[in-house]
Amino acid sequence: MSQTAEIIVPGATLPGANAAKVTLAHGGGGKAMRDLVDQVFVRVFDNPELALLDDQARLPLDDLASHGDRLAFTTDSHVVDPLFFPGGDIGKLAVCGTVNDLAVGGARPLYLSCGVIIEEGVAIDTLRAIAASMAAAAQQARVAIVTGDTKVVEKGACDKVFINTAGIGVIRQGLELSAKLAQPGDKVLVNGLLGDHGAAILHARGDLALQTAIESDCAPLDDLIDALLAACPEVRFLRDATRGGVATVLNELAKASATGVELDEAALPIREEVKGFCELLGLDPLYLANEGKIVCVVAEAGVERALAALQAHPLGRRAAVIGTMAASRPGRVAMRTVFGGRRIVDMLSGEQLPRIC
Amino acid sequence: MKHVDEFRDPVKARALLGQIGALQEQVMAKRTRPVSLMEVCGGHTHSIFHYGIEKMLPDWLELVHGPGCPVCVLPMGRVDDCVALAETPGVIFATFGDAMRVPGSKKSLLGAKADGADVRMVYSPLDALQLARDNPSREVVFFGLGFETTMPSTALTVLQAEAEGLGNFSLFCNHITIIPTIKAILDSPDMQLDGFLGPGHVSMVIGTAPYRFIADRYRKPLVVAGFEPLDIVHGIWMVLRQLAEGRSEIENQYRRIVPEAGNRRSLEAVAKVFELREFFEWRGLGSIDHSGVRIRAAYAAFDAERKFPVAAVSIADPKSCQCGEVLKGAIKPWQCKVFGKACTPETPLGALMVSSEGACAAYYQFGELDELIEVASQ
Repeated sequence: MSQTAEIIVPGATLPGANAAKVTLAHGGGGKAMRDLVDQVFVRVFDNPELALLDDQARLPLDDLASHGDRLAFTTDSHVVDPLFFPGGDIGKLAVCGTVNDLAVGGARPLYLSCGVIIEEGVAIDTLRAIAASMAAAAQQARVAIVTGDTKVVEKGACDKVFINTAGIGVIRQGLELSAKLAQPGDKVLVNGLLGDHGAAILHARGDLALQTAIESDCAPLDDLIDALLAACPEVRFLRDATRGGVATVLNELAKASATGVELDEAALPIREEVKGFCELLGLDPLYLANEGKIVCVVAEAGVERALAALQAHPLGRRAAVIGTMAASRPGRVAMRTVFGGRRIVDMLSGEQLPRIC
Repeated sequence: MKHVDEFRDPVKARALLGQIGALQEQVMAKRTRPVSLMEVCGGHTHSIFHYGIEKMLPDWLELVHGPGCPVCVLPMGRVDDCVALAETPGVIFATFGDAMRVPGSKKSLLGAKADGADVRMVYSPLDALQLARDNPSREVVFFGLGFETTMPSTALTVLQAEAEGLGNFSLFCNHITIIPTIKAILDSPDMQLDGFLGPGHVSMVIGTAPYRFIADRYRKPLVVAGFEPLDIVHGIWMVLRQLAEGRSEIENQYRRIVPEAGNRRSLEAVAKVFELREFFEWRGLGSIDHSGVRIRAAYAAFDAERKFPVAAVSIADPKSCQCGEVLKGAIKPWQCKVFGKACTPETPLGALMVSSEGACAAYYQFGELDELIEVASQ
């Protein structure tokens, strides 16, 4: 991020994208806004649909139909403090989040929208960096950002930058993924180390005097899921374990499937630094957010293939089987602890707060 | 993790549990009801539930989860005082994270924050001091709470504020002491405890001598224990061994952290800054003599209770709440009339449902509740 000493008077008119900071003029609908949209966003998103700058993107049905038999449609709003953190930024997060929400439904992600709400005073260079990051993530996930919107609000009306992305994908012919399909005996897998994103964000907020190199795991998972589904038709359910962590997804899975989940704590792949971080703060890594992790339920017959497919992919090297669906205690998640005991892993009531001592 | 995983070894756990089982005959020889041990400290309660220790223990042994969670036992009136301080114009109210959720009579600190109060979560009282340095035109009030574990760091922070002449820093002191509370429990008529696991981190500060009256006068064994699961199981075995041998002594399982004499410098700082209050009110237990501390007159300039008008209204616990009976081991959490119904972690009525270190919240969150309630209703 560049620093600037320039003082911006709220509401003052500054020409387009050459200004150092966003002002209310950039939201006024005039030339300044046009310049901002064009030079900061449209140019880097670089696709013919968006470049038309029409009020809507027009998507050919033939092309959509070639990918499968149902549309998947999702939306997600992204707010994160700080905007830039080790391993990612709000732009990458906004693309990956929506791509992953499509991909876990068995859809091939194709098109995204991008709505940006900007607090006046944000540096234009900050927006450029976010847009570049969105473009890179979109390219990696093979999706096009085809329609968008920007709004500028007064200082204090939002926290720097909020981004909403909606996404359209097409679900593979005949593929059904659902928690309701999970059955006792099925295995529960994750594609790698848990809690990195949550720990990286807490650390990046800078109010802990800790030295760590933990990076967010923020990544588009469509390619990994492609490989998994190709290798293993026995996949019954996929979900990305974002806010609320793996524990929350497993509780949702247990409730929706009316089946129990038996976890093995010793099998959970968690980085030593994240474990230490959680020990110090009294947090539980099972509830820390991830931005590049999926929970998969696979029929027992397909487990070996599923695990091999995940581990063969760069985003799944540390994939592991972490538990089993069980007939006992439907709707509950239980865990065999490393110590040999058992406990329930429940939904969180509210946010995890660090413990006093 | 090095120096941690060693204390979570399931093989060693099984060996220790075997030794506990071997004590059954001796311990139970002259008894008809199960042995009842109280872990005083909320940190122990948290570990016991987190590692599922309770279900690994034999059925002739019961754990009673004590009052040692400072967040849980904070009375509602004090939370109201916190909210009033936080809502005072110009005040930045600094608090540990898990105190933010404790319900007052109208709202919690989280609620006050949502209503516009400047409530900041800090990880150390020194963070609050930094807030005072960074915001010279604001009044920074630090919400000091906890037992002797956190008392020294608060005391040192007050001393540091004095050394720097930081006029905009003050402490809302809610520190409490564990010994009078253990005594109050021992003196209560429905008390059924046979021994104690002593709090590790409190003892790191105060040492082991203050517990002697428990062994000498009340003839109950106490073992100061660490917080890793093997520490706890080892501590339980040590208490049971005393019971088996007919001893009641104060023993120290947590020698790697707890010196017998405590920490002299911490105790000096505490004695310099704080003095005992005549009494302090505890949620669930009521008023207990000499169970809290306040700031000495010499440091009045840093005392939020002297600097701001603090109502200090006492608000009774809801009548339906049976926290006191749970704390004394007279009933189990799930036997309380409102457990899991009117009283849940989302809407706690009583102290023990407030934080995951409270017995009720721990059962609610980690326990196999459906089975417990089924058993209780039979």
